[in-house]
Amino acid sequence: MTKAGLIRLALIAALLGMLEVMVRIGRIDPLTMQAPHKMVIDLYSMLASGKLNKAIAKTMGNAAIAFMIAVSMGVISGLLIHRLRRLRETLDPLFATYYAIPVFAFYPLLILLLGLGDAPQIFIGVMLGFVAVVVNTLNGLDRVPRVLLKTARVNGMNPFETALKITLPSAAPYILTGAKFAVAYSLIGVIGAEFIMSTGGMGYEISFAYNNFDNATMYPLIILILTASITINMLISRWEKSLLKRRGLQ
Amino acid sequence: MTQPHIRLTDVEMTFSRPDGAGEDIHALGPIQLDLRHGEFFAVVGPSGCGKSTLLELMIGLSTPTKGSITFEGKPINGSCPDGIGVVFQEDASFAWLTVRDNIAFGLRRMALDRREQDERVEKALAMMGLGEFADVYPSQLSGGMRQRVCIARTLVTEPRLILLDEPFGALDQQTRLLMGDEILSLWRKTGATIFLITHALDEAAMLADRIGVMSSRPGQLIDIVETNWPRDRDSRIVEEDAFGAVTARLWRSLRVESMKAIGKKDARP
Repeated sequence: MTKAGLIRLALIAALLGMLEVMVRIGRIDPLTMQAPHKMVIDLYSMLASGKLNKAIAKTMGNAAIAFMIAVSMGVISGLLIHRLRRLRETLDPLFATYYAIPVFAFYPLLILLLGLGDAPQIFIGVMLGFVAVVVNTLNGLDRVPRVLLKTARVNGMNPFETALKITLPSAAPYILTGAKFAVAYSLIGVIGAEFIMSTGGMGYEISFAYNNFDNATMYPLIILILTASITINMLISRWEKSLLKRRGLQ
Repeated sequence: MTQPHIRLTDVEMTFSRPDGAGEDIHALGPIQLDLRHGEFFAVVGPSGCGKSTLLELMIGLSTPTKGSITFEGKPINGSCPDGIGVVFQEDASFAWLTVRDNIAFGLRRMALDRREQDERVEKALAMMGLGEFADVYPSQLSGGMRQRVCIARTLVTEPRLILLDEPFGALDQQTRLLMGDEILSLWRKTGATIFLITHALDEAAMLADRIGVMSSRPGQLIDIVETNWPRDRDSRIVEEDAFGAVTARLWRSLRVESMKAIGKKDARP
């Protein structure tokens, strides 16, 4: 492990230790927050009992669907927008201000449009993740050296082949950065939507537990969400790093 | 076999300004040029004289405003004909592919059986001295080695005409001389016609059978120098008196043009 990694680990351990002490000596009311060791025990018994498996599967499944749609649509849109200069000039300022839009405010409207099922939640996950993928894909495509495009033309490659074999591989590290954002955003989108108005999923369960002072359910769920998003993020980061290393960039 | 390998007839290139304002830029021409089968032709000229524009026209990346270009008797129209290979000045290696896959890139698109493809790749690896680097990525190689990868990638498609756009421009002088030797031996082994664009007079004088001198913009051929070197030659030719004479003649033709290119309007021969 690197030195920075060790310090980071120590920092997290110190914060957790402090929290543990604060709860044990009563500075923090156990009704507000539980000791970290208790959260882990609760998480274990929650998973072992299996009573929330359905909610976990629903949320993770919907987030995965939102993630996949956001990445595939984002990459394809990035490729198209990159080719159309006018469209790009029109959209660039919108992308820059996009994340100022409170997407969740549209949730009631989305329920009207898409019904009461999972669709509005997935849609919000996609809406949040999609633009991050587009922006990073465009950034990567801007950096494809011109000489590679000339090479493609000399080889008689059509635009589709050029995208598949030259521009996308060349832009891959940037697209992965976009995908990392999409993991976080699709989870936030789906869980946030469940929070507001839904009858199932981890967001709903957290909200329900919160209203019932059920800390033994709320904190383990939060930990589970954190663990899932950090794990996926680290996997993509590792992939990204190996790509960059191969290119002598890290 | 009196037909030239590639023929440029009255080729001119004019760029209009993108915003539509101001005068059009007359970048090139008119140019007349016939390349013989199997010759080594070099073009030298001041910077900005349209050398690279000329190359882009010859590989069909752009279409001349006036005139025509025919390769082996057929006109070049908007795409690069089979049989022409290019090596660019910039590093065009693919960072995400190993050296071997880089070299095989163009071949994989050809209708050849896989064994023949693999044999050609191995041959090119050996010929360019890349054998031991076959499975590494370009980022682990020096600039000179990466340029060899690009040359090998072009070679495996067995082009009959090879265009080189200042391929050694980014390399140091010693490496350039040695790469020159390698290009000469490739030229002899493959029997291809070579068209080399360079700004280095000594490089042109050392490598080429004929050297075309281009004027400043709009680029035209103002002189063609025959070197009369034997086909079997290498970089040691720089020791010959005739080498000095060729370089001197090139500079005599180019000096005024180069001065114009850097903005000295009152340049006198």
